[in-house]
Amino acid sequence: MTYLHNIGAYFLMIVEMFRKPTKWTVMKQLILKDVDDLIIGSLGIVAFISFFVGGVVTIQTALNIDNPLIPKYLVGFATRQSIVLEFAPTFMSIIMAGKVGSFITSSIGTMRVTEQIDALEVMGINSLNYLVFPKFIALLLYPFVISIAMFLGILGGMAACVYGGFSTLEDYIVGIQTDFISFHVTYAFIKTFVFAFILATVPSFHGYYMKGGALEVGKASTTSFVWTSVLIILLNYLLTQMLLS
Amino acid sequence: MIEVNNLHKSFGDVEILKGISTTFDKGKTNLIIGQSGSGKTVFLKCLLGLFDYEEGTISYDGKIFSLLSEDEKRNLRAKIGMVFQGSALFDSMTIAQNVMFPLQMFTKQSKSEMEDRVDFVLKRVNLDDAHKKMPSEASGGMQKRVAIARAIVNNPMYLFCDEPNSGLDPKTAIVIDNLIQEITDEYQITTVINSHDMNSVMEIGEKIVFLKNGLKAWEGSNETIFKTDNESVTDFVYSSNLFKKVRKMYIEENE
Repeated sequence: MTYLHNIGAYFLMIVEMFRKPTKWTVMKQLILKDVDDLIIGSLGIVAFISFFVGGVVTIQTALNIDNPLIPKYLVGFATRQSIVLEFAPTFMSIIMAGKVGSFITSSIGTMRVTEQIDALEVMGINSLNYLVFPKFIALLLYPFVISIAMFLGILGGMAACVYGGFSTLEDYIVGIQTDFISFHVTYAFIKTFVFAFILATVPSFHGYYMKGGALEVGKASTTSFVWTSVLIILLNYLLTQMLLS
Repeated sequence: MIEVNNLHKSFGDVEILKGISTTFDKGKTNLIIGQSGSGKTVFLKCLLGLFDYEEGTISYDGKIFSLLSEDEKRNLRAKIGMVFQGSALFDSMTIAQNVMFPLQMFTKQSKSEMEDRVDFVLKRVNLDDAHKKMPSEASGGMQKRVAIARAIVNNPMYLFCDEPNSGLDPKTAIVIDNLIQEITDEYQITTVINSHDMNSVMEIGEKIVFLKNGLKAWEGSNETIFKTDNESVTDFVYSSNLFKKVRKMYIEENE
């Protein structure tokens, strides 16, 4: 029953988020602040993880291809497919659920505990629109982050491949161009938009409706990470089934 | 004026407010007092529309709150100023930005007009040089004064304060009490204060509503509270020896 109640409350929250918009001059500032916190602030960790994971994917692929009949360029091909189809959109989103999701839940949760949300409501402000809508708009730039993750993942793979002596630069470049299907990129970005919506709303839900004190803010952040990750994995499966099979 | 009629509020099976009726007058500091757990905060949150209630009516200058549309409720709330127990200042904003916030949300004033108004209200609460400080850099008393400045910046018709003196030293508490009373007089606001600070009761309680176990057990003023023989009130208000002596002296002087 609690799960059903929470699902209902989540959808009502989304409806309320779009009602009674906050004044545009204020909303503009909130959106810019959230772009800075959620998007710009994540670029460093995304770049770091993408580059090195790209390298690891390449090394592991190269080490597992020991048959001399398999061409060397397949290392680049496999790296590209892994990064574009799964690593960048899905696993980066799970990392972002930890970074961005926890930030959203704890910041909104702290506002709940310290009565700042009550203060907004008493003033006659739609607190859900004020708090959640700018995060949703800011995370529409999330595909930009994932594009960087794709690029750096492939670049990291190239660096590992060439400097690790697994294949030549030419082979790797041929590999990343082989059998390129542009719909795979479209599929990755469709997933990214869906995950961006989940990343903005699920952690906000857990922060907004939390009850208790500082300890509960921590618990809400953990619960929010778990549920955001679960939803990303489930939706990843459903979208892959619908779009690729 | 705020009129409350037969207000009932429960959480599950537990009835917190059991039919409260009273009025809060314009231009007066109206105090709600009572022991912890008597229903003061729930009553205040019902008045503010933060809690729904099962039965009864609350009307603001004749307009019954529960019958208003969502837009009308939001418009009414724009005329309400609230000082929360923990001040509830926005951590991500400076003190000046906190005070300017209601103006940005509800007025079409230019930036310079808003800045002038912020300067004026911050001066009014004796915080002329705190504009750029963050709330975390301000003391408890300063935070309360910023909360008052934010509550009055948009010329509210109704001011609500939840335990405005909690956690403050006696001197700062008196400064806050006097400030609230002066502002109430000056702008003819309907002020409702939730308190269990006896100094506030004696100093600024122009109207006092005493709650006990979710019921209104007594109502009067800081003058009539000395003379009342209502046992619940005397047990609560004159629980300390100091206040017992003060009461005795007051009665002797007036006989």
